[in-house]
Amino acid sequence: MEDKLIRLTVNGRDEAVIIQPLATLQDVLRDTLELTAVKSGCGQGGCGSCSVLVDGELRLSCLTLAERAEGAEVTTLEGLNATNAIVPLQQAFVENYAAQCGYCTAGMVMAAKALLDRNPAPSRDEIVEGLSGNLCRCTGFAPIVRAVQQAAQALSDTGEEAS
Amino acid sequence: MAKVRGTGFAAVNYPTGMHLGGDPTQSLIHMTPAGDFVVTMASVDLGQGLRTVLAQIAAETLGVPYESIVVETADTDTGPHCTGTFASRTTHRAGNAVVMAAQEARKAMLEVAGELLEASPEDLETDGDGNIHIKGVAERSVSVGEVAGAAHFGYGKTIAGRGAYLKPPSPMDPETGECDPDSTQAHACTIVEVEVDTETGMVEVLDMKSVYEVGQQVNPDLVKGQIVGGSWMGIGHALYETTAPGYPAIDPAPVDFQNYLQPGASEMPEVTCEVLEYPAESGPYGGKGVGEMVTNGPIPAIVNAINNALDVRITQIPVTPEVILRALDEKRAQAGG
Repeated sequence: MEDKLIRLTVNGRDEAVIIQPLATLQDVLRDTLELTAVKSGCGQGGCGSCSVLVDGELRLSCLTLAERAEGAEVTTLEGLNATNAIVPLQQAFVENYAAQCGYCTAGMVMAAKALLDRNPAPSRDEIVEGLSGNLCRCTGFAPIVRAVQQAAQALSDTGEEAS
Repeated sequence: MAKVRGTGFAAVNYPTGMHLGGDPTQSLIHMTPAGDFVVTMASVDLGQGLRTVLAQIAAETLGVPYESIVVETADTDTGPHCTGTFASRTTHRAGNAVVMAAQEARKAMLEVAGELLEASPEDLETDGDGNIHIKGVAERSVSVGEVAGAAHFGYGKTIAGRGAYLKPPSPMDPETGECDPDSTQAHACTIVEVEVDTETGMVEVLDMKSVYEVGQQVNPDLVKGQIVGGSWMGIGHALYETTAPGYPAIDPAPVDFQNYLQPGASEMPEVTCEVLEYPAESGPYGGKGVGEMVTNGPIPAIVNAINNALDVRITQIPVTPEVILRALDEKRAQAGG
């Protein structure tokens, strides 16, 4: 197998990157494009810290072959902050102390965004389900669930999108 | 076969730090030309909020705004010595070191301010908003920024402070065994209600209520974060997590998160906690440590609740469905004798 050129859109920018055979989307995002909010936790799809959106769907970038992202629109945590401002979803994480060591946080925010994009008014159970692929070892999850509840409330008050 | 409920509790008496044959943390603080203060530490913030807490302590002691404090942590090559972040010691040890460094830096700051205001440093006070004035005469005032400028560019002085907190070694008395092993002790009690399915052996933690006595809280939201996170860790250790599921055999060991089980958001009950504040004499502004003890209460409380529900005596963790079903088998065998 040979190196290959793929084109994709990342956080609104058209990118052309040369990938090695079997490179993952995580490799492209972290190593080639230096989008290091995409964390590398377990590399096996078990922790969710590498979560990104591919064409609006939540994906584990460590289990996604880069080739499969050809032509796709990819959003990482960095893509939420086009104007360098904290979006309401992130603000809710801040206000609810929903991060301690912070390693899971980027993936959690992306999972929460994916949830709120398809279900702007989720129940608590739906939030728990929406975050079920993401592990946190510090917070005990309760502050994260509260942050997503607050973000959903804020979004319904303002009629904005999650980010 | 049924779902049965039980209640259990556990109490914790938890030492803040150890003497370790002498346990130091040191701190250096210096003022920048802009009038900010940099607190340099080798201590590590694991996410518990140490940098926030140290910035609060530095601001309080210096008498300047919290926003003007920059805390640099974790470079053990170049930073002043810290034994490490463990044993719930860091708020206490590093906090005390920061108080000492900030007191010395405040003295240097007030000396320069005294020269600018033509007053004795002892007659000056800070307002906490970035100004220094003569006691009782608010209009005779300079800003901390003006003091920084004058120190750097007018007088050629540093405004800095050193702090060295040491928990001294405490050898054990060979006759009595007596020694002074820690700096202060925090206390807690946790009460848990569980529901156990006697057919599947699955346990659900329905409710967890705790009371903590952690000295003066430096930052109540961070304390609560530790308690809630520790409650979750306690559930994990009590019911799921082990690196040796076939102990005493160590193989097969779990090598991924599909096999190393831990609770998720859906296994987390509502955690209620009350915090009592009895300031510690030795602590920075009365603070004790809260980091590690938050896991210690929930684990035995959950096991006790399971034992209460089933009228058995399980003494191992994690209490997996297999452990529960074996305990029930044994109980039935004994009853049927």
